[in-house]
Amino acid sequence: MLKTYPKYFLYQRIVQAKLFMDTHFSESLDLGNIADEACFSKFHLIRLFKTLYGKTPHQYLIQVRIDNSKLFLRSGCTVAETCFEVGFDSVTSFTGLFKKNEGVSPSVYQRQYKARQKRIQESPLHFIPNCFAEQKGWTKKSNFQEVV
Amino acid sequence: MITKMNHVSIFVLNQDHAFEFYVNKLGFKVHTDAPIGPGMRWLTVCPPDQPDLEISLMAIEKGMMFKEEAADQMRDLVKKGTFGFGVFQCNDLNATYEELKTKGVVFKKPPTKEFYAYEALFCDDSGNWFSLTEKPKE
Repeated sequence: MLKTYPKYFLYQRIVQAKLFMDTHFSESLDLGNIADEACFSKFHLIRLFKTLYGKTPHQYLIQVRIDNSKLFLRSGCTVAETCFEVGFDSVTSFTGLFKKNEGVSPSVYQRQYKARQKRIQESPLHFIPNCFAEQKGWTKKSNFQEVV
Repeated sequence: MITKMNHVSIFVLNQDHAFEFYVNKLGFKVHTDAPIGPGMRWLTVCPPDQPDLEISLMAIEKGMMFKEEAADQMRDLVKKGTFGFGVFQCNDLNATYEELKTKGVVFKKPPTKEFYAYEALFCDDSGNWFSLTEKPKE
């Protein structure tokens, strides 16, 4: 089937670069690797990537690493373990970038997440609009320690 | 005075499969995933730039909300693609279309210039359809 929108092949290659970073974020990547994946020069990759995604490939890679780091932190990994799992070289850099993106340090994020999960386990109805909980019959369950 | 909407519901055939679709394919974030009891789960996701809009992925099951016959009818209607639950927005429709297609999302309509916007239509894993439009360029 012929693709009819303009510059279809360009879009495909930029998307390829993005998906490459989504999959290989934990590896040691540089702009050269990513540009090779998309069959672009580094200059063109940066320009086109920024036009489509509003970020340079490097900025996007940092974002992907930060987003994935949250999954590791939620699963209980230490900050240092998380840092190296997602491809950062230095805990200090990771912590600084995480705080810049999320507003809190990785350890505070982890603590806040654990506290929220504990509250969800103990009193889930505090997180569900009553209209839905009632329709589902969940408010009739007597084993929740609910405080009205 | 009403200021905004903070919850919206989408009926899905299976919450685990819907999780895989909305989180791993569309790239939405998990807002709340609360197990209520055996076979009962409150699951909400949100688009990346709208962390305070909870999209509830509601399982269609027999219970207080649906009698058995109504649940069967509802599942049938969802599978047939009866419901369009809303319009999503992206920065670049061609790039988003290519990416989602690569990830296996089924499109009913490719990017097309319409009066309203540049628009594509896709389906979730249950059969619900959505419009995907490109943010107007300033």
